[in-house]
Amino acid sequence: VVEGLALLDLGVSPYSGAIFHETPLIIYLFHFLIEYAELVFMITDVLTAVALYLAIQDFNKVVFKKQKLLIELDKYAPDVVELIRTPMEMHYIPLKVALFYLLNPYTVMSCVAKSTCAINNTIIAFFILATIKGSAFLSAVFLALATYQSLYPLTLFAPALLYLLQRQFIPIKLKSKSFWLYTMQYAALYLCSLVVIICLSFFLLNSWDFIPSVYGFILSVPDLTPNIGLFWYFFAEMFEHFSLFFVCVFQINVFFYTIPLAIKLKEHPVFFMFVQIAIISIFKSYPTVGDVALYMAFLPVWSHLYRCKFFVFDCSL
Amino acid sequence: VSHYRLFPKALGQLVAALGVRGLHLALGVRELHLALTQGFWRTRAWGQPPLQAPAGAELWVWFQPTVTDVDKAWKELSNILSGIFCASLNFIDSTNTVTPTASFKPLGLANGTDHHLLRYAVLPREVVCTENLTPWKKLLPCGSKAGLAVLLKAERLFHSSYHSQAVHIRPVCRDASCLAVSWELRQTLTVVFDTFSSGQGKKDWSLFKMFSRTLTDACPLASQSKVYVDISPKNKEKELLEVTPPPASVHEAVVQGDKRTYAVYDLMSPSLFNTSRSLNVQLKWKRPQDSSELPTPVLHAQRYVSGYGLQTGEISTLIYNTHPYRAFPVILLETVPWYLRLYVHTLTIITKGKENKPSYIHYQPAQDRRRPHLLEMLIQLPANSVTKITIQFERALLKWTEYTPDPNHGFYVSSSVLSALVPSVIAMKDVDVEQSPLFTSLFPYSDGSSYFVRLYTEPLLVNLPTPDFSMPYNVICLTCTVVAVCYGSFYNLLTRTFHVEEPSRGGLAKRLANIIRKFRGVPPL
Repeated sequence: VVEGLALLDLGVSPYSGAIFHETPLIIYLFHFLIEYAELVFMITDVLTAVALYLAIQDFNKVVFKKQKLLIELDKYAPDVVELIRTPMEMHYIPLKVALFYLLNPYTVMSCVAKSTCAINNTIIAFFILATIKGSAFLSAVFLALATYQSLYPLTLFAPALLYLLQRQFIPIKLKSKSFWLYTMQYAALYLCSLVVIICLSFFLLNSWDFIPSVYGFILSVPDLTPNIGLFWYFFAEMFEHFSLFFVCVFQINVFFYTIPLAIKLKEHPVFFMFVQIAIISIFKSYPTVGDVALYMAFLPVWSHLYRCKFFVFDCSL
Repeated sequence: VSHYRLFPKALGQLVAALGVRGLHLALGVRELHLALTQGFWRTRAWGQPPLQAPAGAELWVWFQPTVTDVDKAWKELSNILSGIFCASLNFIDSTNTVTPTASFKPLGLANGTDHHLLRYAVLPREVVCTENLTPWKKLLPCGSKAGLAVLLKAERLFHSSYHSQAVHIRPVCRDASCLAVSWELRQTLTVVFDTFSSGQGKKDWSLFKMFSRTLTDACPLASQSKVYVDISPKNKEKELLEVTPPPASVHEAVVQGDKRTYAVYDLMSPSLFNTSRSLNVQLKWKRPQDSSELPTPVLHAQRYVSGYGLQTGEISTLIYNTHPYRAFPVILLETVPWYLRLYVHTLTIITKGKENKPSYIHYQPAQDRRRPHLLEMLIQLPANSVTKITIQFERALLKWTEYTPDPNHGFYVSSSVLSALVPSVIAMKDVDVEQSPLFTSLFPYSDGSSYFVRLYTEPLLVNLPTPDFSMPYNVICLTCTVVAVCYGSFYNLLTRTFHVEEPSRGGLAKRLANIIRKFRGVPPL
């Protein structure tokens, strides 16, 4: 980002080189905040933790209400007494989530390194808060911002939609008119805010250069600097002939899990959101440890499931 | 109408835009400079070079304004020159070509200077050998059969510390009124022989010792053929050295800020070959000198790369201005390949402990696999100072097919170019161009108080991180395993359904087994 600002000062477009791949909004944000950079990153981490705290608090209330309803309707088998959640244990979960995020060494590492991943995490956290509170407009705006920053949060559209539909008590049937109406509304909100943000970026720097530099870069993976992801070593040692094919395969791999998970997990959209965030942070083209920190923060929410030993968690961690 | 009696036809077809058949019609070259160099000119030990060139191959060309697609013409030109000179100039492509905006102004006649018509490329890894010398000699009108070129035999020429051969084509005025334009072709060969290392132990030299040949006659097609020997007295002492045979005339000039005296041997004058059939110029030192004290050149530079590890590094350039009281500006041109990612916000220029802001910066960042970095700066050098320019970079990991067969040798960064009008310590008087055209073309000057100098710094050798080239199969297996495990788990999670299984009575085998178990006292299946 400092390099991008220096290039802007020299009068050269920051996207004419191959070093700067952030969006124009970030460049303008840091144009004013570059002297207070450490403070900015600490504040964003605190904001993320607060947003997660409030979101999980609300979510727990919803879960507890649903559980109470099902107990009264006697839908549970007698053997699941161990898995029933009590208010006592649920009281501390939001605090645990916030602390998991703040005290995670990965979060501290990305704050010290002043990585813009912290800003991405904040936007996603606000998106989750807006979704759980039920505000479709805010949720669409934050999702558009998150997609604008890095392309992959597009896949979070499905869990957000499912949660909002559930909140409005609209049944998820393909023939239902109200389902399609609400889906169209949400999609329209999301697309409009995305278009507005992209046009704003165009007017900030007066060129469309940022689109190949930011999104083309994420999709075509030209830079092979080692990171914690899967892409770089694979593409460093591959025949040129197949590189386009494998780029497509790897990118489809990220987006591909959305529809099956949506069908299977439509009753549990917040869990779906968590799984989706985990998939993004494992399979995205340039992952950082900040992405890992975000999904690790959610683990206390499902602490009652740990007796089942999820193999997937171990593998991904 | 083109005359190819003196001018070689191979090069003539490049420049002439009229009356030539075929694809050369589109090339439209206005000015061409090609240099092939082996070694590096040590400015501090050998003094200011007459004409320096960077190590490897350097090509810079100004195209005519009529050329529409300059890049295509550039590509064709480099391929044609690669064929003419037997050098691998066909490796010049967009990843090592830049378009400088301030550094390489045209040296011949020029109408306007739109720098989009200029292209500059350096191949630092290029090696010069006999195969490059032979076509260069063939371009001369007499070849290597008569005249001065008789001396140029490859086995002696390449036994040297520095060898540079260059070809320069430019348009010049035919006469003083400049009504017609002709093409001038200059071929220069700069060689530094090291007589100490060849076992002599003394600083005396002769043409026979250096070239193992002597001059016998001038080229019949030449209008002038001269040998100039520098006999400038050092420290104002005369009679320190002796030249045999005694020269017919002595020429004095102020060259590069120094007053120098040259002994002139005119090969076309009949009196030269009267006594002997051959001319062997010999130079003997009368008194042994304590140390070779060449005056420190006014402008010289050094460049090196520092840093540790294979991730980051820093390029530092030191520029020295040893003039006692005059400050002058210098243009620095740096071309860095794309795989060393320069961070221009780390660019610092420090002179005498204080920061020095350049008055003009042109920076064009690199694009991966398409074009290199270009950094051009105009820096003011105060008198008697050292200027340090540092910039940090990050090393990129390349795809395995982009590494050379010897990746651990390193990757070359081409020399940076310093162009300056250096003020001379001694005032220079006007020299009559007509009288000694060869001399003035070798040491040109623009006005009496300064002379133009183009210096090159050292090329750099940088190591890039290399992947393990023996592991492509293992890497692919590892990555695919991770993806397969994740995919498999998800598939399992999503499509596994649980059925309640009714306990069945079991078949015959099971009932028999149950009976046996009842006898044993073990619970039934």
